[in-house]
Amino acid sequence: MKARRKSRLERNDRLVRLALLVVAFSAVSVLLVITVFIFEQGTPVMFKYGLKSFLAGKDWYPSEKAFGLLPMIVGSLYVTAGALVIGVPFGLACAVVLTEFSSQRVRRVIKPLVELLAGIPSVVYGFIGVIILVPFIRETFGGPGLSVLAASIILGIMILPTIISISVDSLQAVPPSYREGSIALGATRWQTVKMVLFPAARSGIVASIILGMGRAVGETMATIMIAGNAAEIPGSLLAPVRTLTSNIALEMSYATGEHREALFATGVILFVIIMALNTVANATSSKRRRQS
Amino acid sequence: MSPRLARSLLALGLAFLPACRVGRSQNDLTLAGSTSIQPFADKWAEVFMEKRPGLGVNVQGGGSSAGIQACKSGACQIGMSSRELKGDEKDLVEIVVARDGLAVIVHPSNPVRGAKVSEIKQIFAGDLTNWKYLGGPDRAITVVTREEGSGTRGAFQELVMGKTRIYRGAITEDSNGTVREIIAHDPYSIGFISLGLVNEQVRALELDGAAANEENIRAGSYKLVRPFLFVTKGEPTAQAREFIDFVLSDEGQALVKKEGLLPIK
Repeated sequence: MKARRKSRLERNDRLVRLALLVVAFSAVSVLLVITVFIFEQGTPVMFKYGLKSFLAGKDWYPSEKAFGLLPMIVGSLYVTAGALVIGVPFGLACAVVLTEFSSQRVRRVIKPLVELLAGIPSVVYGFIGVIILVPFIRETFGGPGLSVLAASIILGIMILPTIISISVDSLQAVPPSYREGSIALGATRWQTVKMVLFPAARSGIVASIILGMGRAVGETMATIMIAGNAAEIPGSLLAPVRTLTSNIALEMSYATGEHREALFATGVILFVIIMALNTVANATSSKRRRQS
Repeated sequence: MSPRLARSLLALGLAFLPACRVGRSQNDLTLAGSTSIQPFADKWAEVFMEKRPGLGVNVQGGGSSAGIQACKSGACQIGMSSRELKGDEKDLVEIVVARDGLAVIVHPSNPVRGAKVSEIKQIFAGDLTNWKYLGGPDRAITVVTREEGSGTRGAFQELVMGKTRIYRGAITEDSNGTVREIIAHDPYSIGFISLGLVNEQVRALELDGAAANEENIRAGSYKLVRPFLFVTKGEPTAQAREFIDFVLSDEGQALVKKEGLLPIK
Protein backbone atom coordinates (compact mmCIF):
# COMPACT_ATOMS: atom_id res chain seq x y z
CA MET A 1 0.00 0.00 0.00
CA LYS A 2 2.64 2.40 1.13
CA ALA A 3 4.97 1.45 -1.68
CA ARG A 4 2.30 2.02 -4.29
CA ARG A 5 1.59 5.46 -2.91
CA LYS A 6 5.28 6.28 -3.03
CA SER A 7 5.59 5.20 -6.63
CA ARG A 8 2.63 7.34 -7.55
CA LEU A 9 4.22 10.32 -5.89
CA GLU A 10 7.41 9.64 -7.78
CA ARG A 11 5.52 9.48 -11.02
CA ASN A 12 3.83 12.79 -10.27
CA ASP A 13 7.20 14.24 -9.50
CA ARG A 14 8.55 13.15 -12.84
CA LEU A 15 5.53 14.57 -14.63
CA VAL A 16 5.89 17.94 -12.98
CA ARG A 17 9.57 17.99 -13.77
CA LEU A 18 8.84 17.21 -17.40
CA ALA A 19 6.16 19.91 -17.59
CA LEU A 20 8.53 22.48 -16.12
CA LEU A 21 11.25 21.43 -18.53
CA VAL A 22 8.90 21.95 -21.47
CA VAL A 23 7.90 25.38 -20.20
CA ALA A 24 11.53 26.37 -19.57
CA PHE A 25 12.61 25.33 -23.02
CA SER A 26 9.68 27.04 -24.71
CA ALA A 27 11.29 30.38 -23.76
CA VAL A 28 14.55 29.32 -25.39
CA SER A 29 12.74 27.95 -28.43
CA VAL A 30 10.98 31.29 -28.92
CA LEU A 31 14.42 32.90 -29.19
CA LEU A 32 15.42 30.24 -31.68
CA VAL A 33 12.28 30.73 -33.76
CA ILE A 34 12.75 34.51 -33.82
CA THR A 35 16.38 34.18 -34.86
CA VAL A 36 15.65 31.70 -37.64
CA PHE A 37 12.68 33.75 -38.85
CA ILE A 38 14.53 37.07 -39.01
CA PHE A 39 17.52 35.57 -40.79
CA GLU A 40 15.37 33.55 -43.17
CA GLN A 41 13.37 36.64 -44.13
CA GLY A 42 16.20 39.15 -44.09
CA THR A 43 19.28 37.52 -45.55
CA PRO A 44 18.10 36.59 -49.09
CA VAL A 45 17.57 40.21 -50.10
CA MET A 46 20.91 41.18 -48.53
CA PHE A 47 22.77 38.68 -50.64
CA LYS A 48 20.76 39.50 -53.73
CA TYR A 49 21.82 43.14 -53.70
CA GLY A 50 25.15 42.53 -51.99
CA LEU A 51 26.08 42.99 -48.36
CA LYS A 52 28.11 46.04 -49.27
CA SER A 53 25.15 47.93 -50.74
CA PHE A 54 23.27 47.36 -47.48
CA LEU A 55 26.05 48.24 -45.07
CA ALA A 56 27.70 51.05 -47.01
CA GLY A 57 24.86 52.45 -49.17
CA LYS A 58 23.70 55.93 -48.22
CA ASP A 59 20.40 55.93 -50.12
CA TRP A 60 17.32 54.41 -48.56
CA TYR A 61 14.67 54.46 -51.32
CA PRO A 62 13.07 50.99 -51.15
CA SER A 63 10.60 51.81 -53.93
CA GLU A 64 13.60 52.27 -56.24
CA LYS A 65 15.42 49.23 -54.86
CA ALA A 66 17.98 51.35 -53.04
CA PHE A 67 18.48 49.74 -49.63
CA GLY A 68 21.42 51.60 -48.09
CA LEU A 69 21.32 51.21 -44.32
CA LEU A 70 24.45 53.20 -43.49
CA PRO A 71 22.51 56.31 -42.34
CA MET A 72 20.50 54.17 -39.92
CA ILE A 73 23.52 52.26 -38.62
CA VAL A 74 25.40 55.51 -38.03
CA GLY A 75 22.20 57.06 -36.63
CA SER A 76 21.81 54.28 -34.07
CA LEU A 77 25.45 54.68 -33.05
CA TYR A 78 25.18 58.47 -32.71
CA VAL A 79 22.01 58.36 -30.66
CA THR A 80 23.34 55.58 -28.43
CA ALA A 81 26.64 57.38 -27.88
CA GLY A 82 24.70 60.56 -27.11
CA ALA A 83 22.53 58.71 -24.60
CA LEU A 84 25.64 57.38 -22.87
CA VAL A 85 27.25 60.82 -22.73
CA ILE A 86 24.14 62.06 -20.91
CA GLY A 87 23.23 58.95 -18.92
CA VAL A 88 26.59 57.64 -17.66
CA PRO A 89 27.85 60.69 -15.71
CA PHE A 90 24.46 61.33 -14.13
CA GLY A 91 23.87 57.65 -13.44
CA LEU A 92 27.27 57.04 -11.85
CA ALA A 93 27.09 60.23 -9.82
CA CYS A 94 23.70 59.19 -8.52
CA ALA A 95 24.95 55.68 -7.70
CA VAL A 96 27.95 57.06 -5.77
CA VAL A 97 25.80 59.49 -3.81
CA LEU A 98 23.33 56.76 -2.93
CA THR A 99 25.94 54.29 -1.71
CA GLU A 100 28.59 56.53 -0.17
CA PHE A 101 27.22 59.95 0.65
CA SER A 102 23.70 59.39 1.87
CA SER A 103 22.02 57.84 4.86
CA GLN A 104 20.19 54.55 4.78
CA ARG A 105 16.91 56.46 5.00
CA VAL A 106 17.54 58.63 1.98
CA ARG A 107 18.64 55.59 0.02
CA ARG A 108 15.47 53.73 0.92
CA VAL A 109 13.38 56.55 -0.58
CA ILE A 110 15.49 57.45 -3.62
CA LYS A 111 16.35 54.02 -4.96
CA PRO A 112 12.76 52.81 -5.49
CA LEU A 113 11.95 56.16 -7.08
CA VAL A 114 14.81 55.73 -9.54
CA GLU A 115 13.61 52.23 -10.32
CA LEU A 116 10.15 53.64 -10.94
CA LEU A 117 11.67 55.59 -13.86
CA ALA A 118 12.18 52.26 -15.60
CA GLY A 119 8.47 51.55 -15.37
CA ILE A 120 7.36 54.62 -17.31
CA PRO A 121 6.31 53.51 -20.81
CA SER A 122 8.58 54.77 -23.56
CA VAL A 123 5.71 56.43 -25.40
CA VAL A 124 5.34 58.74 -22.38
CA TYR A 125 9.01 59.69 -22.60
CA GLY A 126 8.50 60.35 -26.29
CA PHE A 127 5.45 62.46 -25.62
CA ILE A 128 7.24 64.58 -23.04
CA GLY A 129 10.11 64.93 -25.50
CA VAL A 130 7.78 66.19 -28.24
CA ILE A 131 5.84 68.56 -26.00
CA ILE A 132 8.68 70.06 -23.94
CA LEU A 133 12.15 69.21 -25.20
CA VAL A 134 11.70 69.51 -28.97
CA PRO A 135 10.18 73.04 -28.92
CA PHE A 136 12.85 74.07 -26.41
CA ILE A 137 15.67 72.91 -28.68
CA ARG A 138 14.03 74.49 -31.74
CA GLU A 139 13.66 77.87 -30.05
CA THR A 140 17.01 77.88 -28.25
CA PHE A 141 19.40 76.33 -30.76
CA GLY A 142 17.46 76.49 -34.04
CA GLY A 143 16.86 73.66 -36.49
CA PRO A 144 13.73 71.52 -36.47
CA GLY A 145 14.10 70.46 -32.84
CA LEU A 146 13.51 66.82 -33.78
CA SER A 147 17.16 65.89 -33.57
CA VAL A 148 20.08 63.77 -32.40
CA LEU A 149 20.28 66.03 -29.35
CA ALA A 150 16.63 65.52 -28.35
CA ALA A 151 16.87 61.76 -28.82
CA SER A 152 20.13 61.58 -26.86
CA ILE A 153 18.72 63.49 -23.91
CA ILE A 154 15.53 61.43 -23.68
CA LEU A 155 17.35 58.12 -24.13
CA GLY A 156 19.97 59.27 -21.62
CA ILE A 157 17.19 59.69 -19.06
CA MET A 158 15.65 56.36 -20.02
CA ILE A 159 18.84 54.41 -19.33
CA LEU A 160 19.43 56.04 -15.93
CA PRO A 161 17.56 53.41 -13.88
CA THR A 162 19.55 50.57 -15.48
CA ILE A 163 22.87 52.28 -14.83
CA ILE A 164 22.01 53.47 -11.34
CA SER A 165 20.55 50.27 -9.92
CA ILE A 166 23.25 47.93 -11.23
CA SER A 167 26.04 50.34 -10.24
CA VAL A 168 24.57 50.73 -6.76
CA ASP A 169 24.46 46.95 -6.37
CA SER A 170 28.04 46.51 -7.45
CA LEU A 171 29.31 49.39 -5.28
CA GLN A 172 27.50 47.90 -2.29
CA ALA A 173 29.04 44.52 -3.04
CA VAL A 174 32.54 45.91 -2.43
CA PRO A 175 33.62 44.43 0.94
CA PRO A 176 33.52 46.98 3.82
CA SER A 177 37.14 46.14 4.64
CA TYR A 178 38.27 47.89 1.43
CA ARG A 179 36.55 51.08 2.50
CA GLU A 180 37.82 50.84 6.06
CA GLY A 181 41.36 50.13 4.91
CA SER A 182 41.36 53.15 2.63
CA ILE A 183 40.01 55.48 5.32
CA ALA A 184 42.55 54.08 7.80
CA LEU A 185 45.33 54.97 5.39
CA GLY A 186 44.20 58.58 5.54
CA ALA A 187 42.29 58.82 2.25
CA THR A 188 39.29 61.13 2.09
CA ARG A 189 35.89 59.68 1.17
CA TRP A 190 36.14 60.98 -2.38
CA GLN A 191 39.64 59.52 -2.75
CA THR A 192 38.24 56.23 -1.46
CA VAL A 193 35.48 56.30 -4.05
CA LYS A 194 37.82 57.21 -6.86
CA MET A 195 40.79 55.01 -6.07
CA VAL A 196 39.31 52.04 -4.22
CA LEU A 197 35.60 51.57 -4.90
CA PHE A 198 35.50 52.34 -8.62
CA PRO A 199 38.33 49.94 -9.48
CA ALA A 200 36.84 47.25 -7.24
CA ALA A 201 33.33 47.62 -8.73
CA ARG A 202 34.57 48.24 -12.24
CA SER A 203 33.16 45.18 -13.98
CA GLY A 204 29.71 45.75 -12.48
CA ILE A 205 29.74 49.37 -13.56
CA VAL A 206 30.86 48.41 -17.05
CA ALA A 207 28.07 45.84 -17.22
CA SER A 208 25.52 48.49 -16.18
CA ILE A 209 26.72 50.80 -18.94
CA ILE A 210 26.53 48.03 -21.54
CA LEU A 211 23.02 47.06 -20.48
CA GLY A 212 22.01 50.74 -20.66
CA MET A 213 23.54 50.85 -24.11
CA GLY A 214 21.42 47.86 -25.13
CA ARG A 215 18.31 49.63 -23.96
CA ALA A 216 19.26 52.75 -25.93
CA VAL A 217 19.97 50.79 -29.13
CA GLY A 218 16.68 48.94 -28.88
CA GLU A 219 14.41 51.83 -27.97
CA THR A 220 11.91 52.53 -30.73
CA MET A 221 8.77 54.42 -29.79
CA ALA A 222 10.41 57.38 -28.09
CA THR A 223 13.03 57.61 -30.84
CA ILE A 224 10.44 57.71 -33.63
CA MET A 225 8.61 60.49 -31.87
CA ILE A 226 11.57 62.79 -31.20
CA ALA A 227 14.37 61.98 -33.66
CA GLY A 228 12.75 63.24 -36.89
CA ASN A 229 13.59 59.99 -38.75
CA ALA A 230 15.39 61.52 -41.74
CA ALA A 231 17.27 58.70 -43.51
CA GLU A 232 20.47 60.69 -43.74
CA ILE A 233 23.69 60.69 -41.75
CA PRO A 234 23.16 63.66 -39.43
CA GLY A 235 25.55 66.55 -40.03
CA SER A 236 25.12 68.07 -36.59
CA LEU A 237 23.57 67.50 -33.19
CA LEU A 238 20.55 69.52 -34.32
CA ALA A 239 19.88 67.46 -37.45
CA PRO A 240 17.18 64.77 -37.54
CA VAL A 241 18.28 61.15 -37.43
CA ARG A 242 16.79 57.70 -38.07
CA THR A 243 17.83 54.64 -36.07
CA LEU A 244 17.64 50.99 -37.17
CA THR A 245 14.66 50.30 -34.91
CA SER A 246 12.78 53.39 -36.13
CA ASN A 247 13.38 52.33 -39.71
CA ILE A 248 11.58 49.03 -39.12
CA ALA A 249 8.68 50.40 -37.08
CA LEU A 250 8.14 53.40 -39.34
CA GLU A 251 7.75 51.47 -42.58
CA MET A 252 6.55 48.03 -41.56
CA SER A 253 2.86 48.79 -41.93
CA TYR A 254 2.85 49.33 -45.70
CA ALA A 255 5.94 47.44 -46.80
CA THR A 256 5.56 44.55 -49.23
CA GLY A 257 7.94 42.36 -51.23
CA GLU A 258 11.60 43.32 -51.16
CA HIS A 259 10.90 46.44 -49.12
CA ARG A 260 9.57 44.19 -46.38
CA GLU A 261 12.54 41.86 -46.67
CA ALA A 262 14.87 44.85 -46.46
CA LEU A 263 13.22 45.77 -43.16
CA PHE A 264 13.95 42.26 -41.94
CA ALA A 265 17.52 42.81 -43.11
CA THR A 266 17.52 45.89 -40.88
CA GLY A 267 16.42 43.54 -38.12
CA VAL A 268 19.31 41.18 -38.88
CA ILE A 269 21.83 43.99 -38.47
CA LEU A 270 20.15 45.14 -35.26
CA PHE A 271 20.18 41.56 -34.00
CA VAL A 272 23.92 41.23 -34.62
CA ILE A 273 24.62 44.52 -32.81
CA ILE A 274 22.48 43.57 -29.79
CA MET A 275 24.00 40.08 -29.62
CA ALA A 276 27.49 41.57 -29.65
CA LEU A 277 26.55 43.93 -26.82
CA ASN A 278 25.02 41.12 -24.77
CA THR A 279 28.07 38.93 -25.24
CA VAL A 280 30.33 41.71 -24.00
CA ALA A 281 27.99 42.33 -21.05
CA ASN A 282 27.97 38.65 -20.12
CA ALA A 283 31.73 38.43 -20.40
CA THR A 284 32.27 41.39 -18.07
CA SER A 285 29.72 40.28 -15.50
CA SER A 286 31.06 36.72 -15.36
CA LYS A 287 34.49 38.21 -14.80
CA ARG A 288 32.97 40.05 -11.89
CA ARG A 289 31.61 36.83 -10.45
CA ARG A 290 35.01 35.19 -10.63
CA GLN A 291 36.63 38.12 -8.88
CA SER A 292 34.29 38.17 -5.91
CA MET B 1 -0.26 17.84 -13.07
CA SER B 2 -2.21 19.03 -10.05
CA PRO B 3 -5.90 19.80 -10.59
CA ARG B 4 -5.23 23.36 -9.53
CA LEU B 5 -2.60 23.88 -12.19
CA ALA B 6 -4.84 22.27 -14.78
CA ARG B 7 -7.67 24.59 -13.82
CA SER B 8 -5.53 27.68 -14.09
CA LEU B 9 -4.20 26.60 -17.48
CA LEU B 10 -7.75 26.06 -18.65
CA ALA B 11 -8.73 29.50 -17.38
CA LEU B 12 -5.77 30.99 -19.24
CA GLY B 13 -6.83 29.26 -22.42
CA LEU B 14 -10.39 30.50 -22.08
CA ALA B 15 -9.17 34.02 -21.48
CA PHE B 16 -7.46 34.02 -24.86
CA LEU B 17 -10.40 32.51 -26.69
CA PRO B 18 -12.18 35.78 -27.56
CA ALA B 19 -9.01 36.94 -29.29
CA CYS B 20 -9.43 34.25 -31.91
CA ARG B 21 -11.46 35.27 -34.92
CA VAL B 22 -14.78 33.66 -35.26
CA GLY B 23 -15.11 32.49 -38.86
CA ARG B 24 -17.21 34.91 -40.84
CA SER B 25 -20.14 33.84 -42.90
CA GLN B 26 -19.64 33.23 -46.58
CA ASN B 27 -21.97 36.03 -47.53
CA ASP B 28 -19.74 38.69 -46.10
CA LEU B 29 -17.94 41.20 -48.24
CA THR B 30 -14.28 41.98 -47.52
CA LEU B 31 -12.48 45.14 -48.56
CA ALA B 32 -8.75 45.63 -48.05
CA GLY B 33 -6.14 48.17 -49.02
CA SER B 34 -5.26 51.84 -48.70
CA THR B 35 -5.29 53.22 -45.19
CA SER B 36 -6.22 56.59 -46.70
CA ILE B 37 -9.50 55.14 -47.96
CA GLN B 38 -10.10 52.88 -44.97
CA PRO B 39 -11.81 55.45 -42.68
CA PHE B 40 -14.21 56.43 -45.48
CA ALA B 41 -14.89 52.81 -46.40
CA ASP B 42 -15.69 52.20 -42.72
CA LYS B 43 -18.30 54.96 -42.90
CA TRP B 44 -19.82 53.55 -46.07
CA ALA B 45 -19.89 50.06 -44.59
CA GLU B 46 -21.57 51.31 -41.41
CA VAL B 47 -24.41 53.04 -43.24
CA PHE B 48 -24.69 50.27 -45.82
CA MET B 49 -25.07 47.57 -43.16
CA GLU B 50 -27.89 49.50 -41.50
CA LYS B 51 -29.80 49.52 -44.76
CA ARG B 52 -28.94 45.95 -45.67
CA PRO B 53 -28.82 43.92 -42.43
CA GLY B 54 -28.22 40.52 -44.06
CA LEU B 55 -24.85 41.43 -45.56
CA GLY B 56 -21.75 42.05 -43.45
CA VAL B 57 -18.96 44.26 -44.74
CA ASN B 58 -15.40 43.86 -43.44
CA VAL B 59 -12.97 46.71 -44.02
CA GLN B 60 -9.25 46.06 -43.58
CA GLY B 61 -6.18 48.25 -44.09
CA GLY B 62 -2.75 47.10 -45.23
CA GLY B 63 -1.94 49.75 -47.82
CA SER B 64 -2.78 50.12 -51.51
CA SER B 65 -0.28 47.56 -52.81
CA ALA B 66 -1.33 44.93 -50.29
CA GLY B 67 -5.00 45.55 -51.09
CA ILE B 68 -4.42 45.13 -54.81
CA GLN B 69 -2.49 41.91 -54.18
CA ALA B 70 -5.25 40.62 -51.88
CA CYS B 71 -7.82 41.35 -54.57
CA LYS B 72 -5.74 39.52 -57.19
CA SER B 73 -5.31 36.48 -54.99
CA GLY B 74 -9.01 36.46 -54.10
CA ALA B 75 -8.43 37.12 -50.39
CA CYS B 76 -10.84 40.05 -50.62
CA GLN B 77 -13.60 40.89 -53.10
CA ILE B 78 -12.76 44.58 -53.33
CA GLY B 79 -9.27 46.09 -53.15
CA MET B 80 -8.86 49.76 -52.22
CA SER B 81 -6.12 51.78 -53.88
CA SER B 82 -5.24 55.43 -53.40
CA ARG B 83 -2.89 55.40 -56.38
CA GLU B 84 -3.30 54.57 -60.05
CA LEU B 85 -2.86 50.94 -61.04
CA LYS B 86 0.43 50.14 -62.74
CA GLY B 87 2.03 47.38 -64.77
CA ASP B 88 0.44 43.97 -64.28
CA GLU B 89 -2.20 45.40 -61.95
CA LYS B 90 -3.99 46.92 -64.91
CA ASP B 91 -5.93 43.75 -65.71
CA LEU B 92 -8.10 44.40 -62.65
CA VAL B 93 -11.40 46.26 -63.01
CA GLU B 94 -11.13 49.72 -61.43
CA ILE B 95 -13.90 52.04 -60.28
CA VAL B 96 -13.21 55.61 -59.09
CA VAL B 97 -15.28 56.06 -55.91
CA ALA B 98 -14.01 59.46 -54.78
CA ARG B 99 -11.15 61.84 -55.26
CA ASP B 100 -8.81 63.35 -52.71
CA GLY B 101 -6.84 66.54 -52.96
CA LEU B 102 -3.30 66.72 -51.64
CA ALA B 103 -2.54 69.88 -49.71
CA VAL B 104 0.93 71.35 -49.21
CA ILE B 105 0.74 72.81 -45.72
CA VAL B 106 2.69 75.37 -43.69
CA HIS B 107 2.38 77.00 -40.27
CA PRO B 108 -0.48 79.57 -40.13
CA SER B 109 1.99 82.34 -39.23
CA ASN B 110 4.07 81.75 -42.34
CA PRO B 111 3.82 84.86 -44.59
CA VAL B 112 4.27 82.75 -47.73
CA ARG B 113 0.81 82.30 -49.27
CA GLY B 114 1.57 80.26 -52.32
CA ALA B 115 4.22 78.74 -54.53
CA LYS B 116 4.71 77.17 -57.92
CA VAL B 117 4.54 73.39 -58.05
CA SER B 118 8.07 73.50 -59.49
CA GLU B 119 9.24 75.35 -56.38
CA ILE B 120 7.58 72.79 -54.11
CA LYS B 121 9.44 70.13 -56.06
CA GLN B 122 12.75 71.94 -55.50
CA ILE B 123 12.01 72.26 -51.77
CA PHE B 124 11.33 68.53 -51.37
CA ALA B 125 14.34 67.67 -53.54
CA GLY B 126 16.46 69.63 -51.08
CA ASP B 127 17.57 72.24 -53.65
CA LEU B 128 15.58 75.16 -52.29
CA THR B 129 16.34 75.43 -48.59
CA ASN B 130 15.41 78.89 -47.37
CA TRP B 131 12.04 80.65 -47.05
CA LYS B 132 13.55 83.93 -48.33
CA TYR B 133 13.52 82.60 -51.91
CA LEU B 134 9.72 82.38 -51.63
CA GLY B 135 9.36 85.85 -50.12
CA GLY B 136 9.38 84.60 -46.54
CA PRO B 137 11.78 85.11 -43.63
CA ASP B 138 15.46 84.26 -43.86
CA ARG B 139 15.04 80.89 -42.18
CA ALA B 140 15.89 77.34 -43.24
CA ILE B 141 12.94 75.26 -44.43
CA THR B 142 12.11 72.19 -42.37
CA VAL B 143 10.82 69.62 -44.86
CA VAL B 144 8.47 66.95 -43.53
CA THR B 145 7.57 63.92 -45.62
CA ARG B 146 5.86 60.55 -45.21
CA GLU B 147 7.60 57.19 -44.97
CA GLU B 148 8.37 54.99 -47.98
CA GLY B 149 5.39 52.83 -48.92
CA SER B 150 2.73 55.32 -47.81
CA GLY B 151 0.01 55.98 -50.41
CA THR B 152 0.09 59.71 -49.69
CA ARG B 153 3.83 59.81 -50.33
CA GLY B 154 3.31 57.75 -53.48
CA ALA B 155 0.73 60.25 -54.75
CA PHE B 156 2.97 63.23 -53.92
CA GLN B 157 5.92 61.55 -55.61
CA GLU B 158 3.84 61.00 -58.74
CA LEU B 159 2.07 64.37 -58.85
CA VAL B 160 4.89 66.68 -57.79
CA MET B 161 8.28 65.00 -57.80
CA GLY B 162 8.08 62.82 -60.91
CA LYS B 163 11.40 60.99 -61.19
CA THR B 164 13.17 63.25 -58.69
CA ARG B 165 13.79 61.82 -55.22
CA ILE B 166 12.56 63.46 -52.04
CA TYR B 167 15.85 64.34 -50.36
CA ARG B 168 17.28 62.16 -47.62
CA GLY B 169 17.41 64.87 -44.96
CA ALA B 170 13.63 65.34 -44.87
CA ILE B 171 11.96 64.60 -41.54
CA THR B 172 9.87 61.46 -41.95
CA GLU B 173 6.64 60.71 -40.11
CA ASP B 174 4.31 57.77 -40.43
CA SER B 175 0.85 59.36 -40.54
CA ASN B 176 -1.06 62.39 -41.83
CA GLY B 177 -1.75 63.30 -38.20
CA THR B 178 1.86 63.48 -37.06
CA VAL B 179 2.87 65.47 -40.14
CA ARG B 180 0.12 68.00 -39.35
CA GLU B 181 1.16 68.08 -35.69
CA ILE B 182 4.76 68.92 -36.57
CA ILE B 183 3.79 71.61 -39.09
CA ALA B 184 1.36 73.11 -36.57
CA HIS B 185 4.20 73.60 -34.07
CA ASP B 186 7.14 74.50 -36.28
CA PRO B 187 6.73 77.94 -37.96
CA TYR B 188 9.34 77.17 -40.64
CA SER B 189 8.18 73.74 -41.74
CA ILE B 190 6.41 72.45 -44.83
CA GLY B 191 4.70 69.13 -45.51
CA PHE B 192 1.85 67.48 -47.38
CA ILE B 193 -1.34 65.78 -46.17
CA SER B 194 -4.73 64.76 -47.49
CA LEU B 195 -6.83 67.87 -48.24
CA GLY B 196 -9.71 66.55 -46.14
CA LEU B 197 -7.48 66.59 -43.05
CA VAL B 198 -6.40 70.24 -43.26
CA ASN B 199 -7.68 72.11 -40.20
CA GLU B 200 -7.18 75.51 -38.57
CA GLN B 201 -3.80 74.46 -37.08
CA VAL B 202 -2.14 74.62 -40.50
CA ARG B 203 -2.56 76.50 -43.77
CA ALA B 204 -2.66 75.00 -47.27
CA LEU B 205 -0.53 76.83 -49.84
CA GLU B 206 -1.93 78.09 -53.11
CA LEU B 207 -0.23 76.18 -55.90
CA ASP B 208 0.40 77.88 -59.25
CA GLY B 209 -2.03 80.56 -58.10
CA ALA B 210 -4.90 78.22 -57.26
CA ALA B 211 -6.13 77.81 -53.69
CA ALA B 212 -6.54 74.23 -52.49
CA ASN B 213 -10.29 73.79 -52.61
CA GLU B 214 -12.95 71.73 -54.28
CA GLU B 215 -13.88 74.42 -56.80
CA ASN B 216 -10.35 74.70 -58.17
CA ILE B 217 -9.92 70.95 -58.30
CA ARG B 218 -13.16 70.67 -60.29
CA ALA B 219 -12.04 73.48 -62.58
CA GLY B 220 -8.71 71.70 -63.04
CA SER B 221 -6.59 74.63 -61.85
CA TYR B 222 -5.47 72.87 -58.64
CA LYS B 223 -3.51 69.91 -59.90
CA LEU B 224 -2.69 67.87 -56.80
CA VAL B 225 -5.52 65.37 -56.79
CA ARG B 226 -5.55 61.59 -56.64
CA PRO B 227 -8.29 59.04 -57.27
CA PHE B 228 -9.60 56.67 -54.63
CA LEU B 229 -10.15 53.39 -56.45
CA PHE B 230 -12.07 50.21 -55.77
CA VAL B 231 -10.61 47.35 -57.76
CA THR B 232 -12.10 43.94 -58.42
CA LYS B 233 -10.84 40.84 -60.16
CA GLY B 234 -13.08 40.55 -63.20
CA GLU B 235 -16.66 41.69 -62.86
CA PRO B 236 -17.64 42.36 -59.23
CA THR B 237 -19.69 39.68 -57.45
CA ALA B 238 -23.35 40.39 -56.70
CA GLN B 239 -22.61 41.51 -53.15
CA ALA B 240 -19.67 43.65 -54.24
CA ARG B 241 -21.83 45.19 -56.97
CA GLU B 242 -24.49 46.09 -54.43
CA PHE B 243 -21.95 47.81 -52.16
CA ILE B 244 -20.28 49.67 -55.02
CA ASP B 245 -23.67 50.87 -56.29
CA PHE B 246 -24.38 52.21 -52.81
CA VAL B 247 -21.03 53.98 -52.67
CA LEU B 248 -21.66 55.62 -56.04
CA SER B 249 -25.26 56.57 -55.19
CA ASP B 250 -26.14 60.11 -54.12
CA GLU B 251 -26.29 58.96 -50.52
CA GLY B 252 -22.86 57.33 -50.65
CA GLN B 253 -21.31 60.34 -52.33
CA ALA B 254 -22.92 62.70 -49.82
CA LEU B 255 -21.11 60.79 -47.08
CA VAL B 256 -17.86 61.31 -48.97
CA LYS B 257 -18.43 65.02 -49.15
CA LYS B 258 -19.30 65.26 -45.48
CA GLU B 259 -16.01 63.60 -44.57
CA GLY B 260 -13.93 66.07 -46.60
CA LEU B 261 -13.34 64.15 -49.82
CA LEU B 262 -14.42 65.14 -53.31
CA PRO B 263 -17.39 63.30 -54.80
CA ILE B 264 -16.90 61.98 -58.31
CA LYS B 265 -19.80 63.84 -59.91
